[in-house]
Amino acid sequence: MQIKPILSALRKHRLSTILIALEIALACAVLCNACFMISQRVSATHIDSGVDETSLATVQLTGYDSTQAPDVDARALAALRAVPGVQSVSLLNSIPFGSRRGTAGITTDAAGEHFGGVIEFYVGGPGSLQTLGAKLVAGRAPQMDDFHAFTGFMPDEGSVQITQALAEHLWPGADPLGKEFWVLKSHYRVVGVLKSLVRPDPTGWTPEQRQWSVFLPAQPGPYLTGSYLLRASPGDLPRVLRDALAALAKAVPEVVIDRENSHTLGELRHDVFKNDRAMAGMLVGVIAALLLVTSLGIVGLASFWVQQRRRQIGIRRAIGATRSDILHYFQTENFLIVTGGIVLGMVLAFAINLLLMQRYELPRLPLYYLPIGALVLWALGQLAVLGPALRAAAVPPVVATRSV
Amino acid sequence: MFGYYLDLALRSLKRNKVLTTLMVLSLALGIGASITTLTVFRLLSGDPLPQKSAQLFYPQLDPYPKDQPFSRSDKMPWLMTYADAMNLMHARKATRQAAMAMTQAKVTPSTAGQKPFFSDGVMTTADFFAMFDAPFRYGGGWSAADDDNRMPVAVIAGFLNDKLFGGTDSVGRSIRINEHDFRIVGVLDHWAPQPRFYGLRLGGHDYGTGDAVFMPLQTARADGMTPQVTLSFGSSDSTKLETAPSIWLGVWVQLSGAADAAAYRTFLGNYAAQQVTLGRFQRPRVSLSGLMQWLADQRVVPDDVRLQTGLAFGFLLICVVNTVGLLLAKCLRRSREIGVRRALGASRGAIFAQFMVEAAIVGLAGGVLGLGFAELGLLGIRHQPAEYASLAHLDIGMFLFTFVVAVLASLIAGLLPAWRASLLAPAPQLKAA
Repeated sequence: MQIKPILSALRKHRLSTILIALEIALACAVLCNACFMISQRVSATHIDSGVDETSLATVQLTGYDSTQAPDVDARALAALRAVPGVQSVSLLNSIPFGSRRGTAGITTDAAGEHFGGVIEFYVGGPGSLQTLGAKLVAGRAPQMDDFHAFTGFMPDEGSVQITQALAEHLWPGADPLGKEFWVLKSHYRVVGVLKSLVRPDPTGWTPEQRQWSVFLPAQPGPYLTGSYLLRASPGDLPRVLRDALAALAKAVPEVVIDRENSHTLGELRHDVFKNDRAMAGMLVGVIAALLLVTSLGIVGLASFWVQQRRRQIGIRRAIGATRSDILHYFQTENFLIVTGGIVLGMVLAFAINLLLMQRYELPRLPLYYLPIGALVLWALGQLAVLGPALRAAAVPPVVATRSV
Repeated sequence: MFGYYLDLALRSLKRNKVLTTLMVLSLALGIGASITTLTVFRLLSGDPLPQKSAQLFYPQLDPYPKDQPFSRSDKMPWLMTYADAMNLMHARKATRQAAMAMTQAKVTPSTAGQKPFFSDGVMTTADFFAMFDAPFRYGGGWSAADDDNRMPVAVIAGFLNDKLFGGTDSVGRSIRINEHDFRIVGVLDHWAPQPRFYGLRLGGHDYGTGDAVFMPLQTARADGMTPQVTLSFGSSDSTKLETAPSIWLGVWVQLSGAADAAAYRTFLGNYAAQQVTLGRFQRPRVSLSGLMQWLADQRVVPDDVRLQTGLAFGFLLICVVNTVGLLLAKCLRRSREIGVRRALGASRGAIFAQFMVEAAIVGLAGGVLGLGFAELGLLGIRHQPAEYASLAHLDIGMFLFTFVVAVLASLIAGLLPAWRASLLAPAPQLKAA
């Protein structure tokens, strides 16, 4: 296929060519960025929670005084343990994908000068780390004397288990065991490392920060009450949760069961990422509409060109061009225009990504999105031009001899 | 002349149905997407109290120690300590002033068999209702004396009144909140500013049906109700929030003009300087933002919505470029017709006008179809899992705006083709025939 005659023909239709190329460029820029955002959202929903989600559920109680806490907890725990199918029940202040009660900023020195970040404290009663099923990769699990009684928001000191991600963030490359950190004057020492343990509210954080969690053992008290974690076999879990709620309504009738936040962890996870899924769905819709409109534009202009050049096509056919020559002519022309658009589009895609990075803390667009975007648009262009090109190929040579 | 252009345009559009449909469809898709997202954006960034917002201001102070600042990027603390809020209340330097915090109020219905439930409660001071123009169905607010005497009085929302008392006048009856009896002094009519500006940073929802119960701050605190958000800058005992180094109150003041606002800012500055000399504060900085400024600073519109709006307008741009291309093809196809008209005496301006009318018709048709797409889009939004979802409706303003956008977009799209058409020299076109 000779490219030179195509280029000189395009020079005659400079305006239309530029318009199509511009449309392809805009489509390429939006396509790359929208696809990237979709992948961000989708990968967020696949986050590893680090716990046995399928076997866990939570029940939340509110509406009682802190002085009543020991009594309410004793009755609630007894009732929950009596529910058939419950393997274990523990108190845990924050729940993965659920209630968030232990968010605090930490420093890695006692003077409070080296800020370590805002992390989540999972303050849990005896047995709660086992109930969660979080995997320990180094150090030790909490022992009985690690569980301190406390009166404030959380214990003032303690031996804690932290996630690998947080350890790597606070002390890159170093062994985190035995290291210490502070929240104002409260002081904690790392004795164990967890493979992962997701924050209750992962959507509000960057991918790295989503695993910044600490398990802090404590005895139940006024600030560790009414938030229970249940473990049962996965198939049995919905029934166990239903029975547990019914049992609590009988055992502690004077308090309010917070049904909005009492769910299986699977349901909570589903809810947490609702917005991300909705956004991803909307982006897919925009991409579909975008590709549709772009291909309509190509079809429209290509049809116009074919009609405009009927006579020239006839002449070419009359002097020996085959049908496939004509077909290839239009296909090559489209390929050249789309290529021009893609080159411009890649620059635009990076410009938009830069803008998004500044304003919405989006990461940089990975380079491999560009060839994928280019392939999609090339394919789209070829598909859109196929119809008009076939019609062009069908123009009979006799047209050359007629005056239109 | 306009009638003639209209006739010409309709004929030409009819002659090439496929191209016309493509143009209208592409424009309509762009219009539909951008109007849908713009409706949501306007809903979220709208003025919650249009008649009053210019007079409402949000003062901020900084009681944090220098070495443990509130934010690492030097933002002012969002909320106030109890001591500062009360000092501002008692100074009475503004026309009206109120301090507030949100709480989860446990309401126990008096009818046997109905279970206790939680609803959104506001702990605030007497001026709240008059300052925010909250309309009453029955009764009214409480007085400043009720605040000081810690009277167990409450104002309830219309929807709670419907739920508990079947919509009858419940003023004087009692309501049990957190195991304490409150006497109802007022029932609000429907009142739910969107966004709920007064609760920003105090916890709870930013959009929605509004709060259910309003109680005097000191009474509610004495009964053990706790604010939803407390931020501490020192070791504190949560049961003594009034004296603790914690911020947990939002303060709003009503100031009638720029002069009053300047005077109030000076007063705040003096107050902070005084607190520095007293040793309570370490930094004398203050801030006083107008309502709309405060909403903008707190980025009340979710980032997702901003992104969607930007995306939709990017899409509209692509649709317009697309329409330009198609209109251009249509114009050039009619070179001969243009040549004949020009030879018969039509001026360049007349040709230009004729093609602009054609573009405007495409725009109007795109607007009508786009309105349909926008309604569909909003239907989709209403099924989204967001607080504001149920509020997304097309109002009359947006309805008209849709047509303005559609016609404007099509006219912009028509400029280039019409200009090209008017430039065509008549002779070559006639010769070619």
